[in-house]
Amino acid sequence: MASVRLRAVAKNYGAVRAIHEVNLDVEHREFVVLVGPSGCGKSTLLRMIAGLETISGGEITLDDQVINDVPAGGRGVAMVFQNYALYPHMTAAQNMAFGLENIGMAREEINRRIAHAASTLKIEELLQRRPKAMSGGQRQRIAIGRAIVRDPKVFLFDEPLSNLDAALRVQMRIEIAKLHQRLDATMIYVTHDQVEAMTLADKIVVLSAGRIEQVGTPLELYHTPRNTFVAGFIGSPKMNIIDGKVAAITPEGVDVETPSGRLAIAAEPAGLAIGDSVRVGIRPEHMGVGKPGDGLAVVVEVVERLGDETMVYGTIGDGTSVVVKLDGTARVRTGETIPISVAATDGHLFTMDGEALRRTPAALEGLFDV
Amino acid sequence: MSSAVSRARMVRLRDGLSALAFLAPFLVFYLLFLVYPFGLGIWISFHDWELVGSFREWIGLWNYEDMFADPQFWRAVRNTLTFAAMTVPVMVGLALLLALGLNRQTRIHGALRAIFFTSNVLSVTVVTLIWIMVLSPDRGLIAQLFRSLGLEPIAFLASTTWAMPAIVATTVWWGIGFPMILFLAGLQQIPGELYEAARLDNASPWRRFTRITLPALRRTFVLVAILQVIGQLQIFGQVLIMTGGGPSQSTRSLVQTIYETGFADWQLGYASAMSLFLFVVMFVASMAQLYIARQED
Ligand SMILES: Nc1ncnc2c1ncn2[C@@H]1O[C@H](COP(=O)(O)OP(=O)(O)OP(=O)(O)O)[C@@H](O)[C@H]1O
Ligand SMILES: [Mg+2]
Repeated sequence: MASVRLRAVAKNYGAVRAIHEVNLDVEHREFVVLVGPSGCGKSTLLRMIAGLETISGGEITLDDQVINDVPAGGRGVAMVFQNYALYPHMTAAQNMAFGLENIGMAREEINRRIAHAASTLKIEELLQRRPKAMSGGQRQRIAIGRAIVRDPKVFLFDEPLSNLDAALRVQMRIEIAKLHQRLDATMIYVTHDQVEAMTLADKIVVLSAGRIEQVGTPLELYHTPRNTFVAGFIGSPKMNIIDGKVAAITPEGVDVETPSGRLAIAAEPAGLAIGDSVRVGIRPEHMGVGKPGDGLAVVVEVVERLGDETMVYGTIGDGTSVVVKLDGTARVRTGETIPISVAATDGHLFTMDGEALRRTPAALEGLFDV
Repeated sequence: MSSAVSRARMVRLRDGLSALAFLAPFLVFYLLFLVYPFGLGIWISFHDWELVGSFREWIGLWNYEDMFADPQFWRAVRNTLTFAAMTVPVMVGLALLLALGLNRQTRIHGALRAIFFTSNVLSVTVVTLIWIMVLSPDRGLIAQLFRSLGLEPIAFLASTTWAMPAIVATTVWWGIGFPMILFLAGLQQIPGELYEAARLDNASPWRRFTRITLPALRRTFVLVAILQVIGQLQIFGQVLIMTGGGPSQSTRSLVQTIYETGFADWQLGYASAMSLFLFVVMFVASMAQLYIARQED
């Protein structure tokens, strides 16, 4: 068993509060990904769990034991650093053995564990090499190997793939996913790459400025973001946010008058009255070309043809930029105005503060069945 | 075919010439102030050559034969090697300890770093004056310390046992700043993440020191050691001012002997021969250190 709980955990750097009373539960065998923009406190949170940063307030428990004052080495956690942090004067095997020697493990057991980790990660031929003589991807594997041999309760990863090139990143991402299945281990993983977050996570934690914005499965965050921040952070390209006013409240949801046309959104009108300002959120992939006069009138500024899909960058009446994702054969030309239609069940509605209004059951139908 | 070859040759010639043009300023200084005097020194060492006047007689290897048979010379060599053997390890070890202790980013540590480096910029006259006062058996700091403990003060510089260690202490105090800065620079190159990884790996402070810090400082170590050996084998000013080579020749150094032979006795040929000997010793010592460093890499 290895579950981690954070209760009102806070971190101050002098007068600056980097983490504001965060609560989080990480269950046994769960793969939790912390995402958020640069400087939001992901690393700080991870390092507090690792024991590399002191905890200014609150409590962190590992298997119901408070570990606030347990030194890093005694927590049973292993960390993979962004720059690998391999000991440069040791071979790969020595790097892996170091932590085990320090706790006085028998040599045979150390060798057995290294051999096992090496075969798991396919790094047998690297064992006698120094980090200097390895590529970035190979070093990454050794760093993961060093974590595995310790047989930790919790693996911590701080942007482990960000120094790799795009192709290798995809490959290592898949290997980490496999590793998680094979080891049945609890993993907490920091990234600012939302594709990594979506593909790896059982549970994503979206952080912003030291606070948790939302916790949920990848699909929950995608389909029911709690606010415009999460809506904008999850999904690529970003969700379009368009200001408008409530024009009508219908049994199916809310009709919104935008600067470029009227949109129906299947959201609960809780507390809304006709004439209220609201924000409509529509993902680029949920937009399509409609009949003339339909939906939103978008002035096309740039068209990017990627083969399988076409990205259209344009503006609407009040100058707001929008991105539309159409299929590869869409007939769109720069300068023309196209009618963009959106299914009511695909739209999101937010208050002017950015809080999401609940989507109707009709809109959510079938989304989580996968 | 042949035109291609000649074009390639032209390009190589042009590259060579432009390289030479860039090197020229340094080359001129190098030839004028290093190679030429060095060659001249060798040339002079084969002569009976008076400093002033025009008496210059080719005597072949006689200066060298004299030198190797000269007990004064061997005494100076022994003193110099003893001095270096005492100073270099103390200097290197203490500089490393200071660097380790002061490698923290607080105001106090910064101030201490500056203080330890300051003695480095003083001239040999100032340094020796300070230490002559500190070591003075009448009113010196150490003499007072001895008296307060009820001990008889020692006249360090007048004692054949203590004069050399006193000069060693003076030299270490004077020169500790620079190797300390080199070690600090080396320490600051070590990524902090390594120590964090080591903490997660349950490494004791001693293991962190021996397995991360020391290996990372190896190059700095070699550099500091070579610079120190070269520097300390040329010990001169401190001896000249503090003891004049005494008591009873116990601190006379090689450079001092060279200086007196050349500029007091005017025997420039003989002095050059001894200089060349010192050069060979320093050269061999440096190469040996570099060689050892390579072996372990
Ligand atoms: N040692 C420190 N002293 C003072 N402030 C710090 C320190 N470390 C981090 N911070 C601040 O705490 C906040 C969170 O930093 P953190 O490194 O956790 O961000 P992050 O989410 O990991 O960002 P990135 O994606 O760039 O790695 C930042 O505003 C940062 O400036
Ligand atoms: Mg970070």
